[in-house]
Amino acid sequence: MTSGPGAPTRAEIMVFAACREVRDGDCVFVGVGLPNLAVQLALRLHAPRCHLIYESGVFGARPVRLPISIGDPCLVSGAAQVLPMAETFLYFLQGGRTDLGFLGAAQIDRYGNLNTTVVGRDYDHPRVRLPGAGGAPDIALNAHRTVVIARQDRRKFVERLDFRTTVGWAEGGTSREAIGAPGGGPSRVITDLGVYGFDAETREMTLESVHPGVTLEQVREATGWDLKAGSPLGTTEAPDAAMLRLLREELDPDRIYLKG
Amino acid sequence: MPAGGRRSDDNPVPEVPTLSESKVLTMREAVNRFVRDGDTVVLEGFTHLIPFAAGQEIIRQRRRDLALVRLTPDLLMDQMVAAGTARKLIFGWLGNPGVGSLHAVRRAVERGYPGPLEIEEYSHFGLLCRYKAAASGLPFFPLRGYRGTDLPRVNPHLKQVACPFTGETLDAVSALHPDVAIVNAQRADAGGNTQIWGLVGAQREVAFAARRVIVVVEEVVPEDVVRADPNRTQIPSVVVDAVVEEPWSAHPSFVQGYYDRDNAAYLAWDRITRDPAELERYLDEWVHGLPDRAAYRARLGNETRDRLRPGPRLAGPVDYGDYR
Repeated sequence: MTSGPGAPTRAEIMVFAACREVRDGDCVFVGVGLPNLAVQLALRLHAPRCHLIYESGVFGARPVRLPISIGDPCLVSGAAQVLPMAETFLYFLQGGRTDLGFLGAAQIDRYGNLNTTVVGRDYDHPRVRLPGAGGAPDIALNAHRTVVIARQDRRKFVERLDFRTTVGWAEGGTSREAIGAPGGGPSRVITDLGVYGFDAETREMTLESVHPGVTLEQVREATGWDLKAGSPLGTTEAPDAAMLRLLREELDPDRIYLKG
Repeated sequence: MPAGGRRSDDNPVPEVPTLSESKVLTMREAVNRFVRDGDTVVLEGFTHLIPFAAGQEIIRQRRRDLALVRLTPDLLMDQMVAAGTARKLIFGWLGNPGVGSLHAVRRAVERGYPGPLEIEEYSHFGLLCRYKAAASGLPFFPLRGYRGTDLPRVNPHLKQVACPFTGETLDAVSALHPDVAIVNAQRADAGGNTQIWGLVGAQREVAFAARRVIVVVEEVVPEDVVRADPNRTQIPSVVVDAVVEEPWSAHPSFVQGYYDRDNAAYLAWDRITRDPAELERYLDEWVHGLPDRAAYRARLGNETRDRLRPGPRLAGPVDYGDYR
């Protein structure tokens, strides 16, 4: 950045990377926080016709403020449809009408399986009790593409999950198809260090790009398994000054989600 | 206030006779009559219409050994667990949405403090399907839900079934019939025909699934107001046992068109719930120390209530037609 708002933060690079995963016309299952900002940005840039779906039972949301939760009243006012939660899952997800879903996680493994249930192997006596499944298993099972957004460190990027709440590529290879998972599986993982895809055959997570200023060594340090990296390794595209202004002045002016 | 229930002189609502009997009770009477120790009690409302007033009355009346059911146990469940009403929690996602953890629930699950708490967990979809099965009179509901996950390992109620037509293996959950459902809404008539706008969550499913139903509304309206707009009715009188009129009964959650979520209260809860002594003080001050919700409203004060009232955004009227 030579002029204007200053260099992008890691959080802003994550939002921009997530924003590029949204295609125009997509039905997107949105969560709060960074995914919400990513979709709001996509709506204003390259995907003005994408449809925002919230598991609380809203289709076609057009929030006029930053939603505090996935059930914020601002998601209802001006939306195209409100429907019972059960129907949101039955028709939009299980019915195969969701193109893209965003997920977060406390732990992720090399096949994009997620843990949001417990830290510690003993389920009955967990070291940390996490929130649990919520809508994640069904988004991951049914959406045509899933993108995981998470901050990266060795406690998060683990060799073995303490609990598998949500299935990604299962044990890799064709194991996801073998359990009869209808959706397309995880397509990208976006962290504060880099962007990952999944190998078309082994389904193992592969580092595609590192964010500006991040080294491969740093990423390996923050990964609990022997990480595969693409060659050549790319650098994640950073948002330009106009996008940063949009993010900082319009979408998250109080820096609720973009502080880090 | 929304104008949906008001009549204007140019658009008169036809007079209809009032057919149903009044089920209007005070909160104290409704909880006393319909919630019993040991009951399975579902308190729904997905971020919207969370039955805080009813839950706090259950605490005040010191009900015990309840199995509490809710897609997203949040502040209210944290309070009910801390107050010792619950022996079990059946849920999909535990947390203070957009803020953090439920520390009272975590203390119970992680350390058995102040007492043990049994948990039974589902995905949101799984629990919704349990409500749907019960509401539909089916023993179970099929779904593609938790294959490939560890959830069936810790929850024996998650099973699989073969499709009799294709042979496909489907996941299955059993029907959940709560003893009591407590459902908040914008308005109902005295007989219990209940109207909701904004997020409808699982309100209709749990009302049809439960053996006893308490509806808590911002306003009780004449039956002809409901009959003027039947598409907005989510719950019919026939499944309702009690109607409680209690403005601000969902605070600090929100009621679409009436008040916004009091986010300051959600943020403050993060501090309160971390310290059992402070949580105890909160319950003494805001629950046990107050006789009813009217006292809670008064304590909340005009300033907070004014801050949370949204501006108007009215729906246009529709013409149902007069077919005489």
